[in-house]
Amino acid sequence: MIREITIGQYYPADSVIHRLDPRVKIVCTLLFLISLFVQNSLSGYVIATLFLVFVIRASKVPFRFIVKGLKAIILLLMFTVVMNLFLTKEGAVLLHFWIFTITENGLRISVFMAIRLIYLIIGSSLMTLTTTPNALTDGIESLLRPLNRFRVPVHEVAMIMSIALRFIPILLEETDKIMKAQIARGADLESGNMIQRTKAMVPILVPLFVSAFRRANDLALAMEARCYCGGEGRTKMKPLVYKRQDYAAYVIVVAYVVLAFVAGRFAPLHIWIF
Amino acid sequence: MEMIRARELVYEYEQRDDEGNVIGMNRALDEIELDVRPGQFVAILGHNGSGKSTLAKHMNAILVPTGGTMWVNGRDTKDPRELMSVRQSAGMVFQNPDNQIIGTIVEEDVGFGPENLGVPTEEIWRRVEDGLKSVGMLEYRTHSPNKLSGGQKQRVAIAGVIAMEPECIVLDEPTAMLDPVGRKEVLRTVQELRKRKNVTVILITHYMEEAIDADAVYVMEGGHVVMQGTPREIFSRVDELKRYRLDVPQVTMLAEELRKGGLDIPKGILRREELVQAICRLS
Ligand SMILES: Nc1ncnc2c1ncn2[C@@H]1O[C@H](COP(=O)(O)OP(=O)(O)O)[C@@H](O)[C@H]1O
Ligand SMILES: [Mg+2]
Repeated sequence: MIREITIGQYYPADSVIHRLDPRVKIVCTLLFLISLFVQNSLSGYVIATLFLVFVIRASKVPFRFIVKGLKAIILLLMFTVVMNLFLTKEGAVLLHFWIFTITENGLRISVFMAIRLIYLIIGSSLMTLTTTPNALTDGIESLLRPLNRFRVPVHEVAMIMSIALRFIPILLEETDKIMKAQIARGADLESGNMIQRTKAMVPILVPLFVSAFRRANDLALAMEARCYCGGEGRTKMKPLVYKRQDYAAYVIVVAYVVLAFVAGRFAPLHIWIF
Repeated sequence: MEMIRARELVYEYEQRDDEGNVIGMNRALDEIELDVRPGQFVAILGHNGSGKSTLAKHMNAILVPTGGTMWVNGRDTKDPRELMSVRQSAGMVFQNPDNQIIGTIVEEDVGFGPENLGVPTEEIWRRVEDGLKSVGMLEYRTHSPNKLSGGQKQRVAIAGVIAMEPECIVLDEPTAMLDPVGRKEVLRTVQELRKRKNVTVILITHYMEEAIDADAVYVMEGGHVVMQGTPREIFSRVDELKRYRLDVPQVTMLAEELRKGGLDIPKGILRREELVQAICRLS
């Protein structure tokens, strides 16, 4: 059951998007997310939709994989829609029954909000689906490097992230093993109320922590033995280098952002209340 | 010049109580003398807690002596300026295969050491390829280490050390957590490395069979080196080994029992073929 948790799901394929520099993907995803939130017109969303379809096509990731990510936010999505729908009081009334009122504005805001959230998830899952966790860490490290000047330990944080990525599957497997071992000793993890079940987790967490610290200690020794002493003076086996496709990607995304903005400003395209 | 040299080497762990106050010292190494020449294959045997790992950690300057001196490739491990070159000269492979692989992809793990040394990118790729080739793991270069068997993980760890181009490799019970197949796999890899690259190998082990091919064997007990010599010399002293809670290889054991039973079989037989020959000579 515990192994179903997948973190940083990566969909291996050979596509232009997969081959892009991770920095490009991170920056462009951020640009796309920002563009969604400054967007408030139908024409802007039409352009965003076309752009997303274009990128999904180019990434060769099957659509159902992308939609999977939406399952995680379905509750949040429903909550946002309901809240916006019933709690917006301004604007002409569309519908009124008992204590509920739906206004034009409410409908408009909740539909746009839903689209924003859905596109936000699709956009960011596209990034994680097409980038290996390692490349992602490298990209973040490289993008945040200027923070070094403010004494933010960027290299160390990136190293911690990549080690965490390596050890998550190992620790999950270990949790599984310990759970089975405790169940074999008669531990009851399933029944009882909330408090009882939380208490039942203690015999699992204690050995897990002990083993995690032992691993951490071993790993620190192994890293030191291999001459690791921080980011200073280190070279990279896979340095990040911008290629022509990366510049092209920047140009395309910036063009999209500008186009969506201009369209929303000067040709908002009104249909009914939207 | 010796590859590894220790004179009157002493190491004491601090013993602490629950509050972290020092309540005493635990002498894990006591006046160790050690000489390993370049290219030698040295095995270190000893019961649990006899100080083998503590000694191994001195060869890599993870621990520095509290008394006496340890030289690696002529460099004093106490000298902080020599730290990196000591660690580069004497690579270390540990017991637990999972806890020493840092990279999330095999080739990136092998590249970790050279990256730390500041080796230029193209050279890193050459070394990674060479390292993986010499342990026979080149075809797994883009795999995740989590999906490999224990023996394969240890071979990746060895490749990671090779990529740093050390003169000496210290293996601290590298086979202790492996099944027999993995054990053979790792030992074969070490033997081939010795032939191809002429590196000095220091193998710490629990399994007597792994020490048979060594040029020299050291036996440790309670922080002392209590026996030293060629495998043949050491394994012919069966009773003494028993005193240190160590076995002898099965074949040696059988030969010893036959000799005690009155058969004319020479002392210190290590391999099955030798025993067969000795028995054939009897009639
Ligand atoms: N980190 C430590 N702190 C305190 N004592 C230790 C530590 N590591 C090992 N020891 C002690 O040092 C002695 C030698 O241990 P070790 O070198 O690990 O032996 P071996 O590898 O032969 O099993 C043992 O008595 C052990 O209890
Ligand atoms: Mg040990």
